[in-house]
Amino acid sequence: MLRKLGILFAAVGIVVGGATLTSSAHAQEGVKITDDAGIFKEFGEKAGLVKIMDDFMINLLKDPRTKPFFENSDQKRVKEQLVDQFCFILNGPCEYKGAKMKPIHANLNINRENFNALVEQLQVAMDKNNVPFRAQNKLLAILAPMHRDIVTK
Amino acid sequence: MTVTQGNKTRQRILAIAAIGGSLLACAAQAQTSSFTSSSKLLLTGGVTNIEGSAGGGLTPWAIIGGYGTRDQIGANAFFTNVRADDYELRTGGALVGLYDRVELSFAQQKFDTKEVGGLLGLGNGFTFTQKVYGAKVKLFGDAVLEQDSLLPQVSIGFQRKENDRGALLRALGIKSDKGTDFYVSATKLYLAQSILLNGTLRYTKANQTGILGFGTNAKDKYEAVFEGSAALLLRKDLAVGVEFRQKPDNLPFKEDHWHDVFVAWAPTKNVSVTLAYANLGNIVIKDKQKGTYLSLQVGF
Repeated sequence: MLRKLGILFAAVGIVVGGATLTSSAHAQEGVKITDDAGIFKEFGEKAGLVKIMDDFMINLLKDPRTKPFFENSDQKRVKEQLVDQFCFILNGPCEYKGAKMKPIHANLNINRENFNALVEQLQVAMDKNNVPFRAQNKLLAILAPMHRDIVTK
Repeated sequence: MTVTQGNKTRQRILAIAAIGGSLLACAAQAQTSSFTSSSKLLLTGGVTNIEGSAGGGLTPWAIIGGYGTRDQIGANAFFTNVRADDYELRTGGALVGLYDRVELSFAQQKFDTKEVGGLLGLGNGFTFTQKVYGAKVKLFGDAVLEQDSLLPQVSIGFQRKENDRGALLRALGIKSDKGTDFYVSATKLYLAQSILLNGTLRYTKANQTGILGFGTNAKDKYEAVFEGSAALLLRKDLAVGVEFRQKPDNLPFKEDHWHDVFVAWAPTKNVSVTLAYANLGNIVIKDKQKGTYLSLQVGF
């Protein structure tokens, strides 16, 4: 029993070591989805993204968990930047020229609850615009690691 | 034990689950701060395993139960009914998840031998009752958010089990009516593929998860068994999957590995329903035990 537990903890130790090595990797700015040619279309291309971001912003301003971070922002500009950013990630014909994630979120005191609430509101907006669930998840898989630059609290 | 007593124990388990549920509902309604506001994403708190830990139905996962983030507290109450051909297992319990780091759980299981109890000379509806006290600690990783890393979320935990039929179990050559399982679980959501995988390594002496005690006079040693789950997300509120639970085989009557196929549905963050079809193999004198697993979970 003790020997087995020893092996177990050794194994855990190796994995922990591995985790420490990769956790220093920075969030995926500049990463785009290149293995799914149809995904940009599934989001309705650029026009679809514009509609999704309009709905997204309405949702964010309704949700008390996200409202404080957007109500005093230049909402039009935020939406434009998000369209460009998502278009870029979805391998569409756009460049993301917006600010880096980390510096623009540094002083916002965003916690996990705020971050997850934003994800939920994005899901609601994508559902409303009929983006297939699996395509939504591919985008969220790229966005999720950005919590490391966005969540500071 | 008579049928009326069987009904009583069933009512008691239902009552525990109901009280737990209404307490949670009150807590959820009373919330004014974000301290308990269910901020994990839907279904990422998992369902409750038959021993009371957050996970799949048969096996604990590395996730911490409830919808609390690292700044919050979450909790669940559950009731599960497994109805096989010749037996029934009713389980009720509750867990609390602290800051997405520590999970504490309690479950009470009633294993009803129904007519098999009569065949064994114990009386129809003879039941074994087992209490399970669980604790789990997340060591590292994040099953959901760390999508640019292949590393899973890893937790370790234990389940302390106490069975009420010590005298009978010892007469059958079983070593103890109490035992503790230790486990390490690794869980990862592969979001781009809409797939969740879990692997659990359990150190246990339990016969039929402890329902039939721990160890035997011939063999009283811990062994490592593997448990695995794979789930496919169909919608944000719906997942289907398969589970496997390897089991020791030290009893005079054969003990088989368990597997199931399941569908889990979370109509809201406060409620989830899991329905499974489970294959439990041989249990004491009845082979090829198959049946339904139905579980209701309420929480925040």
